[in-house]
Amino acid sequence: MNVFSIENMNLWYGESHALKDINLDIEEKSITALIGPSGCGKSTFIKSLNRMNDLIPNVKIEGNIKYKGHDIYSPDVDVNELRREIGMVFQKPNPFPMSIYDNVAYGPRTHGIRSKAMLDEIVEKSLQNAAIWDEVKDRLKKSALGLSGGQQQRLCIARALAVEPRVLLMDEPTSALDPISTAKVEELAVELKNNYSIIMVTHNMQQAARISDYTAFFFLGELIEMSNTDLLFSKPSDKRTEDYITGRFG
Amino acid sequence: MGNSDFSARRKAYIYTMRFLMIASSVITCVISFSIIIYVLFKGLPNISWELLSSKPSYISEKIGILPDIVNTLYIVLATLIIVIPLGVGAAIYLTEYAKSKRLTSIIEYAAETLSGIPSILYGLVGMLIFCQFLGMKTSLIAGSMTLAMMNLPTIMRTTQESLRTVPMSYREGAFGLGAGKWRVIRTVVLPCSIDGIITGCILTIGRILGESAALLFTAGFAHELNGLVKGLQSSGASLTVALYVYAKEQGEFEVAFAIAAILIILTLIINFIARALGNYFKNRGSN
Repeated sequence: MNVFSIENMNLWYGESHALKDINLDIEEKSITALIGPSGCGKSTFIKSLNRMNDLIPNVKIEGNIKYKGHDIYSPDVDVNELRREIGMVFQKPNPFPMSIYDNVAYGPRTHGIRSKAMLDEIVEKSLQNAAIWDEVKDRLKKSALGLSGGQQQRLCIARALAVEPRVLLMDEPTSALDPISTAKVEELAVELKNNYSIIMVTHNMQQAARISDYTAFFFLGELIEMSNTDLLFSKPSDKRTEDYITGRFG
Repeated sequence: MGNSDFSARRKAYIYTMRFLMIASSVITCVISFSIIIYVLFKGLPNISWELLSSKPSYISEKIGILPDIVNTLYIVLATLIIVIPLGVGAAIYLTEYAKSKRLTSIIEYAAETLSGIPSILYGLVGMLIFCQFLGMKTSLIAGSMTLAMMNLPTIMRTTQESLRTVPMSYREGAFGLGAGKWRVIRTVVLPCSIDGIITGCILTIGRILGESAALLFTAGFAHELNGLVKGLQSSGASLTVALYVYAKEQGEFEVAFAIAAILIILTLIINFIARALGNYFKNRGSN
């Protein structure tokens, strides 16, 4: 089943045409990696999927972005509800300057959960699912800013999981992390795909090859090709894809 | 060796500049400390419990500044109650909501211009608008409104600065969880910038305490002891205005210096509180 299907999508930042005629489907409960050189539009693309681009002035989007068959840019869509269902993990870990507990509880509280017992349960479950519970369970009331970069990123994943999303958008989630933390986040992503659909922007082609099921290659605002990860890396159908994955540019 | 000539010149340059820097900081320190010490030296011996706790009487030829202290408190309180919601609200709107860059920059420019206007002009305008046009007469509330108008740009600008220091990534994180705009502002943006906002407010208290020109025309000179409601409606001198009156019109320099010493001590306390609160709120997020 497709969780997203995108048809003829175009996006402009003011005058500059950042995404050109994108057509692609994203399979649910799998990891889709978006690769391509810097400035090719992959981050812009992923931010359109939960309408984070709304925060940037002068963005114009045309075409259809359907989430479970429903156009997310249609006027009857509740953006806050959409973002609850389509969670996001950012490039730089961005925990709030609050306690670890309050970070994870932020989303559930936002959506109206007040009961202490329920929040406790959600916080514990989310931290466990993000594989960081054991490291922080004795310091839940301490500031999240005291955690290491890798821990902060997993905390941000826990925070995103706490609102029970269906999709996780990850915008280069490991680019600011050391190799060991990166391995942990990758492992986590593979585990999470059993329950969530994951779309991940990455600069690291080994990472895409290691953990993703599908890979899409973006170049200069166009989607050059998308296929099974194994296929894309072994038999790319486009010359530009081949040049990029063999390291001739990028 | 052309180089040694060059390096000698460079050395001379460095030493001269360093001397000038040190000299200017020494002069600055000496001037401000000597004013503080002189005023405290002349003023502190004249502060007595009787001065602080009574009101002046022409019959017994007694001088007391309790009404002036109370008036000052009323003015500070009323001004803050008016100016904080307006200033903080305007700053939140301009930084978080306003879409039009043009409008924002026009308002910011206006605010900047306002904060450069001499306070006596605010006094004049306040007198015409609040005392006469709006019929408040010469009263503490008219004075407070004048001061609110005068300090509005400061509160607005310091709040804006402090809202802008909140990293965009915090807002993105909260929006990404499905939080609405106001919730993001209330639970993430404001708590992160509260230290700056409070510092701005406390510095404003300092400016209110020190203001006299704008109050001369608007708040009046009375030394009556009143309750809050009646007090705000009637004319009254603040400490600074009282200082002016005692020094200039009655030649009571001992009293004037006593008031000056009280004002300096209050200012020092306020600066200290501003710093302590700022640090408290800054550290609260990180432990």
